Amino acid sequence: MADVAVDAPLTKLSAALAARRRAGEVVVAPFLTAGDPDMDFTFEALATAERAGATLCELGLPYSDPIADGPVIQASYTRALGGGATLQGVFDLAARAAAQLTMPLVAMTSYSIIYRRGIERFVGEAAASGLTGLIVPDLPIEESASLASACRGAGLGLVRLVTPTTPPERAARIAAETTGFLYCVSVAGVTGERVSLPQQLKDRVQWLKEQTDVPILVGFGISRPEQVQEVGAVADGVIVGSALVRHLEAAGQTAEHRAAALAAIERHVGDLVAAAKPA
Amino acid sequence: MSTVTTSPTGPSSYSQVPDPLGRFGDYGGRYVPETLSAALDELEQAYAEAAADPAFQSELSDLLTRFVGRETPLLFANRLTEHVGGAQIYFKREDLNHTGAHKINNTLGQGLLALRMGKRRIIAETGAGQHGVATATACARFGLECVVYMGAEDVRRQAPNVRNMRLMGAEVRPVESGSRTLRDAINDAMRDWMGSVETSHYIIGSVVGPHPFPKIVRDFQSVIGKETVSQCQRDLGQMPEMVVACVGGGSNAAGMFYPFVDIAGVRLVGVEAGGRSAEPGSHAASLSHGQPGVLHGSLSYVLQNQDGQTSDVHSVSAGLDYPGVGPEHAYWHDAGRVEYTSVTDAEALDAFDLVARKEGILPALETSHALAWTIREAAKLPREAAIVVCLSGRGDKDAAEIARLRGFSEDMTHG
Repeated sequence: MADVAVDAPLTKLSAALAARRRAGEVVVAPFLTAGDPDMDFTFEALATAERAGATLCELGLPYSDPIADGPVIQASYTRALGGGATLQGVFDLAARAAAQLTMPLVAMTSYSIIYRRGIERFVGEAAASGLTGLIVPDLPIEESASLASACRGAGLGLVRLVTPTTPPERAARIAAETTGFLYCVSVAGVTGERVSLPQQLKDRVQWLKEQTDVPILVGFGISRPEQVQEVGAVADGVIVGSALVRHLEAAGQTAEHRAAALAAIERHVGDLVAAAKPA
Repeated sequence: MSTVTTSPTGPSSYSQVPDPLGRFGDYGGRYVPETLSAALDELEQAYAEAAADPAFQSELSDLLTRFVGRETPLLFANRLTEHVGGAQIYFKREDLNHTGAHKINNTLGQGLLALRMGKRRIIAETGAGQHGVATATACARFGLECVVYMGAEDVRRQAPNVRNMRLMGAEVRPVESGSRTLRDAINDAMRDWMGSVETSHYIIGSVVGPHPFPKIVRDFQSVIGKETVSQCQRDLGQMPEMVVACVGGGSNAAGMFYPFVDIAGVRLVGVEAGGRSAEPGSHAASLSHGQPGVLHGSLSYVLQNQDGQTSDVHSVSAGLDYPGVGPEHAYWHDAGRVEYTSVTDAEALDAFDLVARKEGILPALETSHALAWTIREAAKLPREAAIVVCLSGRGDKDAAEIARLRGFSEDMTHG
């Protein structure tokens, strides 16, 4: 990462993460579906999350066949696409957020969407819209050379994932290739809230910290303040997806539902951030 | 859109795929969540060892003989040939396999692989239900737990197969998301596998999905083409002019074509589901109307919109109602080795009727697509020419639905 330009999008992401690490605070990274129920709502939700203390936000690009996602995010993607969400709409939203908010945004997207747009074009448009990085959960390292090269060229982060089923030598290789942060998946399975996190998670994160200096964020199954404390004891931060996306379920119905959804997001993120401050 | 180029190294090299990364030319690969990477590596390793193990090969071969009833006959369809008045039409009778279709060739092979890997729980997806039945059958035979995902729309269309799966102890889980068809069943099967990968094996039913599935399924299905090559040598004394198979995901076609691709001069034709029309959403002809894209773990031809969202598709046959196609077909398509075409729902239904009446065989609606094209094209060929059609499955599962579409009365459909 040493050769990344100062004004590169990735620099903004890395700086935000580094600031939390210096302050001894756990990073809280909410995930929100772009366009559920519409892009204006998503912008307000991002602003709300920032106000509540989120370090960064993951913006989920709705996809018709998300095999890594559980029922909550899958249903959210279906609502967003049904409401007319397009890739151009997501880039426009990202640009608006980049202009008016300070926290970095990272896009979570299927490789199907990137491939169809064309790798160079997608990366160019993502960087131009102010996104700081990409998370591509269906793109393993073996298939990622072209996208990694394009992201390097555009100064965009390409966040890699390690999972409980990743063998150690492979995890080390993934940790060496990730930029921005390393996404540590807590459980083998799809996205969604879990009552308890696996015992071995702390050991895995501890081991990963010995492999890389890049911040490690843990995601999948995290929804509650006590989990933030538990995971934050070893990792740099948490990613919270399905539990927040659940608040979007009725947001498209009326103005009251919309306001209630924003209030729920503010409260939920606020509770997680409160748990993330040093004791 | 990214450029795709395919450059076969020579006219006889079509069978030398995939490469170690699972590439058929530029197609194939492995676009899956990291959670599945280790299991796919393990499967690749287990398959390589099994393929080189004479004991595995002999166990599979014995099952194919005694349990499935192979080899399947190559039948001269004399009354159909006479009716059409052109080339001689032969049927490769995969409908005579135990469970009534070619799908069992693959599920027994993969079931044995699961046993080798010590995985006692099997997941499968199914469209028409033929793969689901074949998986339930293999699981019953091997004593494995079996969960089959099936689109709710297909559960309705293919009720007899749902019943048969349950009778053999499989759990059938209707999938209510998306278009409630094969594509959604694959999504849910993959999601299940994400959470159960350490104890479960996913028996994918076609030459689709991430590497090494397209290769494994093709290899297990290649028994169709291998038998056909030797039957042609023995019974016809020569290779056929043309070999025809229907293509949804493309497993019967891949199994039939693969042993022929390096035999020069044999025309290979894959017939896709043309549905109601060539309008987007009205068909399922990925190679005829789609373009390169990533779906369900591999790069191939897909039907999707400009943002990469998978399109809704339609076919009267549940087994062809799929917006993608196996990556090896994409390779053969671009290399020009196999011709891909399509016929409509109505043409397939007419072919079903004709073959039922002329040959005393109720073909599956999927198979009826290959038959429809054959009937049309055979008339243009000289009488000395021979066409082999892969009669991939029997149509019992479709009979009630076709009778309904044809307006037969209830007592006739059930009598």
